Amino acid sequence: MRVVVAMSGGVDSSVAAALLAEQGHDVIGLSMQLYAQGEPGLHFGSCCTLDDLNDARRVAAAVGFPHYILNFERQFQETVISNFVREYASGRTPLPCAHCNSDLKFSTLLERAHGLGASTVATGHYAQVERDTNRWMLKRSVDRDKDQSYFLFSLTQDQLAAAMFPVGALTKPEVRREAHRLGLQVADKPDSQEICFVPDGDYASFVARKAPHVAHHGAIVAESGEQLGTHAGVHRFTIGQRKGLGVSGPAPLYVLQIDADTGNVTVGPKSSLERTTLTASDVNWVAAEAPTDWLSVAAQIRYRHTPAPARVRAIEGSRAELEFDTPQSAVTPGQAVVFYHDDVVVGGGWID
Amino acid sequence: MAAALREQFGNPSSVHHFGQVAKAALDDARSAAAALIGGDPSEIVFTSSGTESDNFAIRGIAEALEVTGKRHLIATTIEHEAVLNTLKALARRGWKTTLLPVDQTGIVAISALEAALTDDTALVSVMHANNEIGTIQPVAQLARVARARGAVFHTDAVQTAGKIPVDVKALGVDLLSLSAHKFYGPKGAGALWIRRGVRVQPPMTGGKQERSRRAGTENVAGIIGLGVAAQLARAKMTAEADRLAALRDRLEEGILGKVSGTAVNGARSPRVPNTTNVSFDRIEAESLLIALDLAGIAVSTGSACSSGTLEPSHVLKAMGFPAHRTQNSIRFSLGAANTDADIDRVLEVLPGVVEKLRSLTRTVARV
Repeated sequence: MRVVVAMSGGVDSSVAAALLAEQGHDVIGLSMQLYAQGEPGLHFGSCCTLDDLNDARRVAAAVGFPHYILNFERQFQETVISNFVREYASGRTPLPCAHCNSDLKFSTLLERAHGLGASTVATGHYAQVERDTNRWMLKRSVDRDKDQSYFLFSLTQDQLAAAMFPVGALTKPEVRREAHRLGLQVADKPDSQEICFVPDGDYASFVARKAPHVAHHGAIVAESGEQLGTHAGVHRFTIGQRKGLGVSGPAPLYVLQIDADTGNVTVGPKSSLERTTLTASDVNWVAAEAPTDWLSVAAQIRYRHTPAPARVRAIEGSRAELEFDTPQSAVTPGQAVVFYHDDVVVGGGWID
Repeated sequence: MAAALREQFGNPSSVHHFGQVAKAALDDARSAAAALIGGDPSEIVFTSSGTESDNFAIRGIAEALEVTGKRHLIATTIEHEAVLNTLKALARRGWKTTLLPVDQTGIVAISALEAALTDDTALVSVMHANNEIGTIQPVAQLARVARARGAVFHTDAVQTAGKIPVDVKALGVDLLSLSAHKFYGPKGAGALWIRRGVRVQPPMTGGKQERSRRAGTENVAGIIGLGVAAQLARAKMTAEADRLAALRDRLEEGILGKVSGTAVNGARSPRVPNTTNVSFDRIEAESLLIALDLAGIAVSTGSACSSGTLEPSHVLKAMGFPAHRTQNSIRFSLGAANTDADIDRVLEVLPGVVEKLRSLTRTVARV
């Protein structure tokens, strides 16, 4: 079977490609160039730099399958970066990797794959896709610590049908062992960290560069409405943030709420961060049709959150409402809430 | 070249026997390169590439004429990056630069050059034939106009030297760049022809190689390869150019006839015989290039960036084509190894590939 493998130049997608080739698949490696490369003096992140693209090419040459680099700068700008900037500018905390998966890798890249006679796109994600009786199921990786199913919740049934995650059934140490066995020169390459297009992790400066108009000043206020200080733009804050507020109180203060319209950032004690309910938009139901009755799930509200028992039901307009059994800290608009049954992704949506 | 690496291992700057053997081999190559373009061997300087030759010519003339106060450089919008980026670099250091436009056939107008020339113009650089669309510029007329105004004239002949007759005297130019791999020589070997009497400040400083014009130990094997390739190219030129033009014309007629929504970019003559640049409506060149490569047909597009991905063609943009047309065009290049059977194969495969790509636009469901 002809399979396109999305190759970042890292060890996971390299092993994914090499394993598929070893199994006899007709592999075509495609790497996406997502931002301008080779401009002297510009430093890019931990993923898909010129060095990474060259690594992907060398792996393909060593294993012996064709590899091409696609220029997706425009598409990445339109689908991922513009959303990232817009979300921060409206006081929300974006999750660009999830958008990149559903709006770029399993849409534009998948279209390109079809054009090359491949109906499947494989990636190096730590997740598993399985065919149930009548649905495509998305499951956590066997490596619970590396699991990336949270970033894949928005894949539709059509997209899951076209997806392969060859390393999802392996642990990270096993992937590195496979890389050594296969003689891949990226076997000991460090894992990528941070968001690829903001390598220094300074999201505020990135947003200010991309959208200078959002970097306006605002007030830091207490829950009572009392002004405690000023700040240099709502895009500098996320719910639950403690550092960099520039104000102090008798007890540590945390960001509770961000209002982009007024510019107010409300702060208060940790206990005020707790919420029992949330709603989500653009909900994608993976394992079942949208449930009109309450459904018991374990809900995960950010990548490194331990899923908490909750009940969820679909409401009008592709939305969902959710009630936790016990209050959860820092429910953050813009992040994803993903509903699990054990290791199975039931569905997920974007926190309002 | 393999024999050269084994047997002519001497350093041509050395006085001993081995050095002198290598030096003699260099001078054989120099004669062959000069003969290819109708120059004198003493006017040939070997370089590492066409790009180095272009840098050498432009920077070398700009610097040599700096003392005269001439600080104006002219080129065209469709030059190779080796010329465009060299002009940009000099512009950052205070030189005035003018890029002449081209019309939709990809040809520079003589009147545009006449209008751009000033008493301060040090150098005019116009490529002999364009690397993306193959159009041949009226270099002889342009050179006459430029030199009449006291400007030095350089032409980047990388696309023509070895492919069609090139005669520096008939062209009336002062400097000419060529590159070995464009006529089946090795990569990493080029030459700059400098008319005797033209003063150039060598950009590379060091030893006295190449009559003190290009310092650094010579790439002896590469230069020997350039010389042999030049001899062969010169011997076969007329017959091979006719053969390639016939293949190219068959390919073009076939594509235009079999695939709807196609157009050939650039004047259909005069141009070099071995290339054709074709636009495909509703196609991304990137996808077409990959699909054809997987079918064993290697084609190119305009420019590639450092990662090897495709960028919109600055040449097609300069010709006034709309944005989509700068990203839906591919270049077919023909060479010595191509036969009628290859053309048949392209014409057999291409229509289906194009049809498939056109049918797949936006078929995948989005969230």
